[in-house]
Parts: sequence; C-alpha cells; structure tokens
Amino acid sequence: MSFNNPLDQLYRQVIMDHYKNPRNRGVLEGNSVDINMNNPTCGDRIHLTMKVEDGKIADVKFEGEGCSISMSSASMMTQAIKGKTVEEALKLAHIFSNMMQGKEYDGSVDLGDIEALQGVSKFPARIKCATLAWKAMEKGLHQHH
Amino acid sequence: MNVKEIRKLFPILDQEVNGKPLVYLDNAATSQKPLPVIEALDQYYRQYNSNVHRGVHTLGTKATDAYEGAREKVRRFINAKSTQEIIFTRGTTAALNIVAASYGRANLQEGDEIVITYMEHHSNLIPWQQAAKQTGATLKYIPLQADGTIDIKDVEATVTANTKIVAVAHVSNVLGTINPIKDIARIAHQHGAVVVVDAAQSAPHMKIDVQDLDCDFLAFSGHKMCGPTGIGVLYGKRDLLERMEPVEFGGEMIDFVELYDSTWKELPWKFEGGTPIIAGAIGLGAAIDFLEDVGLDHIAAHEHELAQYALERMSAIDGLTIYGPKQRGGLVTFNIDGVHPHDVATVLDAEGIAVRAGHHCAQPLMKWLNVTATARASFYLYNTKEEIDQLVVALQKTKEYFGHVF
Repeated sequence: MSFNNPLDQLYRQVIMDHYKNPRNRGVLEGNSVDINMNNPTCGDRIHLTMKVEDGKIADVKFEGEGCSISMSSASMMTQAIKGKTVEEALKLAHIFSNMMQGKEYDGSVDLGDIEALQGVSKFPARIKCATLAWKAMEKGLHQHH
Repeated sequence: MNVKEIRKLFPILDQEVNGKPLVYLDNAATSQKPLPVIEALDQYYRQYNSNVHRGVHTLGTKATDAYEGAREKVRRFINAKSTQEIIFTRGTTAALNIVAASYGRANLQEGDEIVITYMEHHSNLIPWQQAAKQTGATLKYIPLQADGTIDIKDVEATVTANTKIVAVAHVSNVLGTINPIKDIARIAHQHGAVVVVDAAQSAPHMKIDVQDLDCDFLAFSGHKMCGPTGIGVLYGKRDLLERMEPVEFGGEMIDFVELYDSTWKELPWKFEGGTPIIAGAIGLGAAIDFLEDVGLDHIAAHEHELAQYALERMSAIDGLTIYGPKQRGGLVTFNIDGVHPHDVATVLDAEGIAVRAGHHCAQPLMKWLNVTATARASFYLYNTKEEIDQLVVALQKTKEYFGHVF
C-alpha cells in the first residue's frame, strides 16, 4: 500500500482478522461476572460476561461497539484468558498494560495473537482503545473476588 | 480574502506531520492562533503583566485598560448595548453553567419547562439536566427533521406557557445546521421564556448581532476563534443579569464586605470572582481585531464555499455517508462504511490530516443518527480547496486500505 509503514505496524493482519471475525462474541448465559465499560471520550463500549469456576475462567464472551483496535483487542483478550486461572488472567492484563505503555514486560509468557497489538503503543491516541477490554476484565475479576 | 497571506500569519500551519504537510481540519474543536494573538499574549507577559482593577501602579493601570479594552471589543463584535452585558468566563461551558446555575435555579420550579434540541453539545445539555433535577422542572426536546434541521412548527409545538428557558445551539458542532435563532427567540418571548444561545460554533465564523437576534443570553469560546484557551464570553441582557446572583464568590466581585454579609460589585464584575483571565481576554481582543480586519463576511463566504466544495467532493465517494443538511456551517461530519471513525482518523493522521473522531460531545445526537461515533472535518479561514482535495484522496486511500485488509 501507499501508506506510511507505521500504519502497517498498527493494522496488522491478525488484528484485522480478529476485527472481522471476532472470537467469543456474544453474551454468556449463567455468567458469574457481568460488566459493562465504556470509553467516554470516544464512545467505545464493551459488555463482558465470564463464567468463573474453581478459580478458573471456564468461559467468556464479549459484545460491544468500537474501532478495529478496541474490538480486536477484546477478541484476543477473551481468547487468551479462556481456561486460564484468575491469577493468570490478571497477570496477562498486567503484562498487556506494560506492553501498551511501552514498558518492559515479562517475556516468558506466550502472548500469542496479542503480540500483534504491540504496535499500538506507538500510537498514543489509540492505547485507550486497546486497553478497554482488559480493564473490563480486571475490574470484573476483582469484583468477583 | 487572500488565504495564502492569511496562512503566513499562522506559524503552526507550516509544518509536517508524519512526513506530510499538516492539513488542519479540526477547527470546530479548536482553531489555530495567528501571530497578532501570540504577540499580544507575549507583549502582555513581557511588558505589563499585572493584576487588574486594584493596583495604583502604572502596570496595573495598563493591564486594566487592556482587559477592559478587550471587553469593549467583544461588545462591538456582537453588537451588545453595553460592556456591562459582557462577562468574561473560562469558555462556553462555564458561561452556560452560569446561566443554568444562577438564572435557572432562581426562575425554575416544578411544572416549568426547559426546552432544548436533540443537536445540543453536552455543554448546553448537562447544565439543563442538572437545573431540571434541582428545581423539579421538566426538560423537553425540539425534534429534528430527517436532514438535521429544526422545523419552526416544532418549536411552536414544543414551547408552551410553562416554558421558562429555551436553550439552543446557533450552529450544530456535528451537523453544521444553522438554527433560526431569531424565530426561536420570537416564539420563546411570546410565551414569556428567555432564549439562551450556544454560539461556540457560530461566533468564530459569522457576524453575530445579539440585538438583532434578540437572544437573552449568548455564550462563546475564545479558542475556537483564533484566541487563547481558557477565555470565553457570556452575553446577557442587562436587566436579566442585574437580577441574577453571582455563582462564584470571593475577591474582585465584592463591593462591601462585612462579617456576616457582603454586597456585590456592579455588572459585569459581580460575575467575575477572583483574579480574572487577563491574558486570555487580551488575547481574545487581539483575535477579534484580527477577524474583523479579515472581515467576518469574507470568512463566512470562504467557509461556505469550502463546505459546499467538500460536500460535493465527498458525496462522490462511494460508501461515504454525510450527516446534516446541505446549507450548513463550515464542517462535514461523515462515516465510511465498514471503517470505524477512529480508524479513519488514524489513517488520515498518517497522511498529515487532522480530523476529529468520536461522539463530539453530543451523545443524544449520535443516538438520533443511529451511530456510535462519526468523523468530522471542520474548516476555518485558513483552509483551502487543495486541502479538501487532499482529504478526499486520503479518504479514498482509507477505503482502499481497509478494503484491502478485509
């Protein structure tokens, strides 16, 4: 494409794939965590539902409205935490937060698709888009405890 | 009007953003500042910075003259009868809050109505929601036509004998709709209501005459009209302001202070508690001089041409939706099918083009439009048709880019 390279770092193929084909989309019946969060400055919103059993995230679904970054990040987040323990999920959220702020982060954890969001840290105006779903997840799990 | 010469007065425009020449199309959010305004601020701070209305010393007198001189410039700019009707505030939001908090709470009670429209910016909505909650008054909305205009018949149907306040934007910050303030004021006055005008998107772009509009209050911001941030204006008819209580209390606004009671200064100072926004007012005065030198009529005509050109070029882009009527102020709000406005704005930014994306502080209007967000290109006196051409090329590229990755 004729656009500058940095743009291709932001809109990676895997991000657009999650945007186009979101994983775990919907509302979970019989959930134990149900949380709504929005980004009041831009209007993005997420509705996150999780089923937490024996300290594990047995299932998770999201629905919402927003840009490619916020929705793909939500999709990737649900994919990453499904089946993980609450502690592991919160640790991932911490790693993700550091990654967005351009800080050092624990490289021993396999981030999978999430790695593709690294480029967002170079676009300060878009960091809040990427972190919305993760903040919802953190808040939901803290409320659950 | 020589746009090329005007652009030379705006040093910020002469730069590259992401390797491309800056195309600044976010003027409805804030405008850029010309050299005369930057120099007026610089001169104030370098040569006569001082507090106003109190110093016996020379600098204090100079600062007071400049501050009150700016008030006279504002009076002339909107053709108010007296400088007593010109109150300096932090901006449009602060000005509208004064009206809602002071006039609203004193004059509203249960059974009364406040009438606004679906196109109000949050700053002309939330203060009225709060006033309604606090007084038991009801908030009513004038509906919009499909093209985002107001039908005067709907104003007549909404405003009743119970209506005490009609608050409406002069120009919509999303749709660009120019509202018929004179007609709305006439109807409101027939029912004994006052009219509050949010002129944040009109004062920078067209000649305002508060006596001709016959509005009771009018608010606007300096930073959208080439002035500094942190300064705005509340105009109010003198007899109304006389009867209103101040909202902020403290230094500067008092006449006599005793242990358990105090009296207020006369207008306009009773509404300007604390050290006022001296540099801001002086900067706004310089901005008014600048705009009047260019000519508000020339600016309005130039922006009209840009808006019509942008409408024509942008409606030719397949899959692009434009919101609002054909006759409009200098802005175009739009969406590209399948691409979120944030993504549009990021791609345009990579091309050096600054636009706004989001809900534009008008969430009820977004709901009415049935969208969660939109992108907006807004123009000012220094923008050119070439910049709109660049926008159109970049929008086409945006479509291709996202079409490609999908």
